Amino acid sequence: MKNNEISTLNAAPTVRQETLEQQYIDLYKEQRESIKKHSSAVMNTSRDESFARFEALGFPTSALENYKYTDLRETLSVDYGLNINRISVPINPYEVFKCDVPGIHSYLYFVVNDAFYPVNDPVHNKLPEGVIIGSVKDVAASHPELLRDYFGKLSTAKNDGLVAFNGAFAQDGFFMYVPKNVVMDRPVQLVNIMRSDVDTMANSHNLIVIEEGSKAQLLVCDHTVDEVRFLSNRVTEVFVGENATYEHYKLENVHTKTTNLSTLLIDQRKSSNVLANVITLHNGITRNTIEIDLDGEGCDTLLCGMVIADKKQEVDNFTSIIHNKPNCNSRELFKYVLDDMSKGGFTGKLLVAKDAQKTAAFQTNRNILLSKTAKMRTKPQLEIWADDVKCSHGATIGSLDESAKFYMQSRGISEKEARLLLMFAFTNDVIENIRIPALQDRMKLLVEKRLRGELSKCEGCVICQ
Amino acid sequence: MLEIKNLHANINGKEILKGLDLVVRPGEIHAIMGPNGAGKSTLASVLTGNQAFEVTHGDITFYGKNLLELSPEDRSREGIFLSFQYPVEIPGVSMVNFLRAALNEHRKYKNLEPLSATDFLRVMREKKTLVEMDNKLANRAVNEGFSGGEKKRNEIFQMAMLEPRLAILDETDSGLDIDALRIVANGVNKLKSPDNASIVITHYQRLLDYIIPDFVHVLYDGRIVKSGGKELALELEERGYDWIKKEVEETV
Ligand SMILES: Nc1ncnc2c1ncn2[C@@H]1O[C@H](COP(=O)(O)OP(=O)(O)O)[C@@H](O)[C@H]1O
Ligand SMILES: [Mg+2]
Repeated sequence: MKNNEISTLNAAPTVRQETLEQQYIDLYKEQRESIKKHSSAVMNTSRDESFARFEALGFPTSALENYKYTDLRETLSVDYGLNINRISVPINPYEVFKCDVPGIHSYLYFVVNDAFYPVNDPVHNKLPEGVIIGSVKDVAASHPELLRDYFGKLSTAKNDGLVAFNGAFAQDGFFMYVPKNVVMDRPVQLVNIMRSDVDTMANSHNLIVIEEGSKAQLLVCDHTVDEVRFLSNRVTEVFVGENATYEHYKLENVHTKTTNLSTLLIDQRKSSNVLANVITLHNGITRNTIEIDLDGEGCDTLLCGMVIADKKQEVDNFTSIIHNKPNCNSRELFKYVLDDMSKGGFTGKLLVAKDAQKTAAFQTNRNILLSKTAKMRTKPQLEIWADDVKCSHGATIGSLDESAKFYMQSRGISEKEARLLLMFAFTNDVIENIRIPALQDRMKLLVEKRLRGELSKCEGCVICQ
Repeated sequence: MLEIKNLHANINGKEILKGLDLVVRPGEIHAIMGPNGAGKSTLASVLTGNQAFEVTHGDITFYGKNLLELSPEDRSREGIFLSFQYPVEIPGVSMVNFLRAALNEHRKYKNLEPLSATDFLRVMREKKTLVEMDNKLANRAVNEGFSGGEKKRNEIFQMAMLEPRLAILDETDSGLDIDALRIVANGVNKLKSPDNASIVITHYQRLLDYIIPDFVHVLYDGRIVKSGGKELALELEERGYDWIKKEVEETV
């Protein structure tokens, strides 16, 4: 932990570093006023409460049921710098990242480390009327009422050390508001860029509000520039109103020295439709917590994910879908391809409340291990209190189908190519669940490149080359 | 083209082929018949390089090349094709991608340029017609959800696409109704030329009404114990295999 301007504080007595948490607790106490000064009132309201919660909870360890498959000890012992005083980072992402997934035509935004980068995208001016996209900080000044109604409503009370930590330290984030009955004509794209000369931590808190009857698509790309260690801890709250449709795509392609901790909290109202698709192509350590609450009747939810990992990469997807109301459908599909010493974790928590009759909920997690040293741990966790429901779950861990491989070889296809075709086929149904055609095409290409081993390093935003 | 000498092969340590000899020349059709478990499919697997089977003795040459040293894919590229007794389903891999990959690997092996997308589709259309293959099947994943008969027809379709020098049909007729049988046989006959040969493995003489063999062999207990002309198939159909078993036991 370093605060850029007070990095000499590192020389503080070592006794204070007896736990991983202590240095951050001390930092908070020392810097509380600076943190608040460089943030917005709405984010400060619950800051002390979050801090108290963090003090009590500490960082999650694998001793906790929900964090069984995530081990953060090593990465949390790194001395990361925090940019509490919001010193601007010398980079102009709009110049560096010419993003053009052919044909995606997105509204493009950047968060550099933990700071929303000033909008400089000409397309931005063409946002449909009433749509607001910007930094939490700016919107807190221009539309305080919007934030007051939503900010922190899903996250503040969470009994989760990472969310609490975020609540204490996050100073800004990405904000998107789509008013009633507005259909976004293009996808919105948010690129998170980590850029620093020293090991750096970024906390940000995003808020997305999709009002009644609206439609929006958001693509979040995680991206690293420098070969230092990065840790990002991001919380995203999403409110999806009645009859609204929201698609959330997350594409992670970062270097191996990155730890990405991400919490996505989605609240669905009556007859809303949500697709979340979380893809890890290349990473270091990743923990995704995705919680979707169905708080109205007739909701439809599709939660997908895919992981391709090798070397010592680790990915843990913890998912939770809670059916609170009747007549909702949820489907979940996660696929992992793990090679070398990589580790995968998947938890599929499904809760069907007593009143949530006529729930249909299906969960699938399939995994392929390409080496003897790769590890996958998977856990369905179903809690069903209603009696008139259709629920199923299935998890498999296996290797590539040898007879299919031989069949292909017997037609002249090389072993390497046969393996590739099989792996590609295995991940295909997750990619098919991308509803932005240009992105789907791009993903097919990227996945193939990744499976061929041609995407081992993230150089420039792969999605944008 | 193909010479098999004193072939012995094991699976899981159990000897299945116990000294098998066979010579196939261009233009010939050989039928291999024999009771269940005799080793017919094992022979097909060994010829195509299935790693589950271990060759312990003997030689196989194909146009003078030592076949046993070649990978399964190179055997295919050299022109050996097996119509599987049990074709494999490959969910998620489309017929088009599968066949394009296969065809282009064959072309690369012969130092030919890959086919353009339009040329490939044209070839596919032609061959589909040849085996009266449903358009719908060609647009699906390889064998996924195909009926038994559709899978067999798909094998012949693939054969038509790859134009092998030696085709091995392992019980391609089983599970086919007369109509499908006629189509499959028709496909095989249309692909016949003085330069290529077939080994037709079958239980029943039925198929041999459509595909007339030059030689009929009886495979029993891992060896070819009797060979003859097409009339041998009729005799087997009439008398079953018991008399062969007896003959073998007597000579032992
Ligand atoms: N994978 C296997 N593992 C063990 N034994 C096998 C395997 N495949 C075939 N066999 C055995 O090998 C023998 C020959 O089988 P096969 O070649 O399939 O006979 P055929 O095709 O003539 O009916 C049989 O006894 C069968 O049980
Ligand atoms: Mg057989």
